[in-house]
Amino acid sequence: MSVARFWREIPSRYNLIGSKCGNCNKIMFPPRFICPYCRRTGKLEPYNLRKKGKIVSYTVVHAAANGFEEQAPYTLAIVELDDGPSVTTQITDCNHSEINIGDTVELVFRRMGQDGEDGVIYYGYKGRLLK
Amino acid sequence: MRDVAVIGVGLTKFGELWDVSFRELMLEAGVRALEDAGIDGRQLDAMYTGNMSAGQFINQEHVSSLVADHAGLVPIPATRVEAACASGGLALRHAIIAVASGLHDFVVASGIEKMTDIMTAGATGALATAADQEWEVYQGATFPGLYALMARRHMYEFGTTEEHLANVAVKNHENAFLNPCAQYHLKVSVEDVMNSSPVSLPLKLLDCSPITDGAACVILAPAEKARMFTDTPILVAGTGQASDHISLHSRTSLTGLNATVEAAKVAYKMAKVGPKDIDLAEVHDCFTIAEIMAIEDLGFCKKGDGGKMTAEGQTTLNSAKPINTSGGLKGKGHPVGATGIAQAVEIVSQLRGETGKRQINKADVGMTHNVGGSGGTAVIHIFRRAD
Ligand SMILES: [Zn+2]
Repeated sequence: MSVARFWREIPSRYNLIGSKCGNCNKIMFPPRFICPYCRRTGKLEPYNLRKKGKIVSYTVVHAAANGFEEQAPYTLAIVELDDGPSVTTQITDCNHSEINIGDTVELVFRRMGQDGEDGVIYYGYKGRLLK
Repeated sequence: MRDVAVIGVGLTKFGELWDVSFRELMLEAGVRALEDAGIDGRQLDAMYTGNMSAGQFINQEHVSSLVADHAGLVPIPATRVEAACASGGLALRHAIIAVASGLHDFVVASGIEKMTDIMTAGATGALATAADQEWEVYQGATFPGLYALMARRHMYEFGTTEEHLANVAVKNHENAFLNPCAQYHLKVSVEDVMNSSPVSLPLKLLDCSPITDGAACVILAPAEKARMFTDTPILVAGTGQASDHISLHSRTSLTGLNATVEAAKVAYKMAKVGPKDIDLAEVHDCFTIAEIMAIEDLGFCKKGDGGKMTAEGQTTLNSAKPINTSGGLKGKGHPVGATGIAQAVEIVSQLRGETGKRQINKADVGMTHNVGGSGGTAVIHIFRRAD
């Protein structure tokens, strides 16, 4: 991935900046440029989402995505955030067998991957179980 | 709008075809369809080709021109259509619209994917580009992973089991065994599926459709001119298409595809039929869970009952609602751009009564259901015998 492509999304990936519609007050993540509910009548403002949510579904990935081979097997989940939107995220710092639908997680800052030996290191969010 | 009929179909062998190139594959399917229709290439008015990603698979874009050129059909208007794994179904829809509108009379809808010229990791990476690169793939999502998320939630909400999923693979391999064009002629048991290697749990290797080379082609004509070419024209009774959020996490439900529900509504209405009237369907079983969700979303059973319906044998070749008589994506193979057209080839052949050992008894109305990505696109067609 080019540095610019990664850099553009840093506010959302590091700090969970999404959008809030000034018209219908819906919160969205990732940020959108048009509110899907109000279209052009809604003005979107940046919104900092809270990092807590619940696991809606999960899978243990054995056949890793390209660039994620050394992390396999890893748990991928869909987490519904307390603010409304859902995200796809890995669940980190736990055994795969501990994870259940409905578990509460918080999103934490983690290293995601790297472009080869000397390439850019990518960061972003991963979920961590809250007991 | 004019009524549209299918007057010819052609299909290549599906599989890992190392000795056959992209061009040869496309021509093989095309020539078969032309011969089946008894039409000359010079009578054709336009062609639409479904292809997901020749750019990634064989480093070749602009395949519409390539296909027209090597088919000896220049300067025919040639258009490539892309909607990930629904590219073929969408090419068919655009060909239908072109004939129905009266703009063209004789139109080719083809689909092709040559996937085995690159390594498997490259191919699965190419397929993953149908998902949201920034917010799914960046996090480590794979295609089996996204469908596994749907499977886990389906199991949680409805009590669907891994054995239910396995039954889809067992049935589709049985049907593929009777299809000479299928990639696999190999029957599998529930135990085989359950014991196959983990891909993205709960999905295992035998829950997943394979990487495949293949091409398929159908020739369309205005219904009033179809009998000049065939005694058994098959009418396109309905067509429906819908979109949904590209990211699975943005959708309202993980246990079904709303694009399927919406596209089916339109196609059923246009064809003036309901789920009960469909004699057989080719549904998009890229993963076993996808077939279970499809038969629910298409209205063949209640939401949540798809696993049970399959395990009880209510979708086998000899049942009241045969699903994927061709072997489906699972058994026949899944050359992504060709799949939507290949589904139409199977339904047309069944409605004509030309499928040999896998021919079903009552085949008057048939359906195809083609999905792009994890459900961002769905295309549905309903076909009917003209008599
Ligand atoms: Zn709004």
